Amino acid sequence: MINILEAKETVDMIARENLDVRTITMGISLLDCIDSDLGRLCDNIYNKITSRAAKLVKTGEEISKEYGIPIVHKRISVTPIGLIGASACRTPDDFVQIARTLDKAAKKVGVNFLGGFSAIVSKGMTPAEENLIRSIPKALAETDVVCSSVNVGSTKTGIDMDAVRLLGEMVLQTAEYTKEQDSLGCAKLVIFCNAPDDNPFMAGAFHGVTEGDTVINVGVSGPGVVKTALQAVRGESFEVLCETIKKTAFKVTRVGQLVAKEASERLGVPFGIVDLSLAPTPAIGDSVADILQEIGVDYAGAPGTTAALALLNDQVKKGGVMASSYVGGLSGAFIPVSEDQGMIDAVNAGALHLEKLEAMTCVCSVGLDMIAIPGDTKASTISGIIADEMAIGMVNQKTTAVRLIPVIGKGVGDTVEFGGLLGHAPIMPVSSFGCERFVSRKGRIPAPIHSFKN
Amino acid sequence: MKKVIITVVGKDTVGIIARVCTYLAERGINILDISQTIVGGYFNMMMVTDPTGATIPTAQIADELSQLGSEMGLSIRVMNEDIFNAMHRI
Repeated sequence: MINILEAKETVDMIARENLDVRTITMGISLLDCIDSDLGRLCDNIYNKITSRAAKLVKTGEEISKEYGIPIVHKRISVTPIGLIGASACRTPDDFVQIARTLDKAAKKVGVNFLGGFSAIVSKGMTPAEENLIRSIPKALAETDVVCSSVNVGSTKTGIDMDAVRLLGEMVLQTAEYTKEQDSLGCAKLVIFCNAPDDNPFMAGAFHGVTEGDTVINVGVSGPGVVKTALQAVRGESFEVLCETIKKTAFKVTRVGQLVAKEASERLGVPFGIVDLSLAPTPAIGDSVADILQEIGVDYAGAPGTTAALALLNDQVKKGGVMASSYVGGLSGAFIPVSEDQGMIDAVNAGALHLEKLEAMTCVCSVGLDMIAIPGDTKASTISGIIADEMAIGMVNQKTTAVRLIPVIGKGVGDTVEFGGLLGHAPIMPVSSFGCERFVSRKGRIPAPIHSFKN
Repeated sequence: MKKVIITVVGKDTVGIIARVCTYLAERGINILDISQTIVGGYFNMMMVTDPTGATIPTAQIADELSQLGSEMGLSIRVMNEDIFNAMHRI
């Protein structure tokens, strides 16, 4: 029987430390929707999404009520549209029409986001995939809940630099198309290396072709829970520190596992994975930077930060793996800037720079995330930053990602307000030295050698 | 049927248990176990209940007890026991 102290610990995690199930994400394969006629394709997509996910939001709310655990978002991920639209779409505008259909379907079933307006071009782009990438700025400007991602590299294939070059331009264009809302469109676009097929988190969620027809993936989060647990072991050894993180990660993941199983049963859809990611929100105390400070650095970005983050990320994975047999997605610690008050404070204090963030991405679970940069940053510079980040993922066999927001009309010293879970951010300076000659080279960076590891 | 755990946290006042128990009794919910403690002047109570004979669904109980709690300046949460078992038992 559960005792009162255990009950109190669980209730405190939820009531005071922002433990939540961040998302129940239903992955839906659209492969059987493919048609060479664009109108029919859109109809098929709309019908499949609205029938498969009809009860998703209601079921999520019921579970949330009965179990007393907040389930913040209900989302959908779909097969990368670069594949689904290949035979019907002749122009970027054709892809925009699919984006509108996805938006309409997502709103019909009431989900918060839909991911999968994506292309997997790790080695090269088909004409359709290139059209999809070119359609991203307009698609994100004309829709509200559709999220886009492009996988431009992997450890096995190398990096498609033609896509990287094109995406530098598309990121800027997306910013331009949504400049009235502080270039918010870019918050819905993420560029990956080694993207996982089963990630429930946005903006990078898509339903990979390795997946079944429909699947339920769950993302849990709880930076505040880890931080509170660590407050009790201040000054203790690394062994105690690591044990504490592992135990906490275990408990949090078990909640995700329970919710995933329940949702899967009620919806009659197979359970996929639990993704335990310490995903911060702008709420005070719900911060990964605060955990790093609790581990012992004055600010995120101070010397020691990369080591502290490496430790945190690894212990989170270890605790999570013990708690669920099917851990997947990104699982680890996210280090977005605008979504994490502690990160914002570190930037404002001058402790955290883009270059240090890049170093931190070598050991975190994702990459350069939600970073606002000056609106006059050159496309080639953005491509250079993307290429650097992709190279880190490619060589280290890990997922890396870039979600930069060049805020049109704003520069260093300004701040931007995105609202909601996306938060607010100071504009960070970007190196003024160019990389045009590098980025303008055609072709791809070859896959790295898998031996002689040094 | 799964057991439901009700936790009550807040400033200690007269009649907390009485009001919660009355509410549960009126809706056919059986109380299996009660434990309580005062930590730093704050009242903490945990009730293990069996909702098999309940006249209303658990989600509604959660809403109404939360409402009752706010009237008394307390935080009352209704949670399925599975969440505690998952978190605290291997």
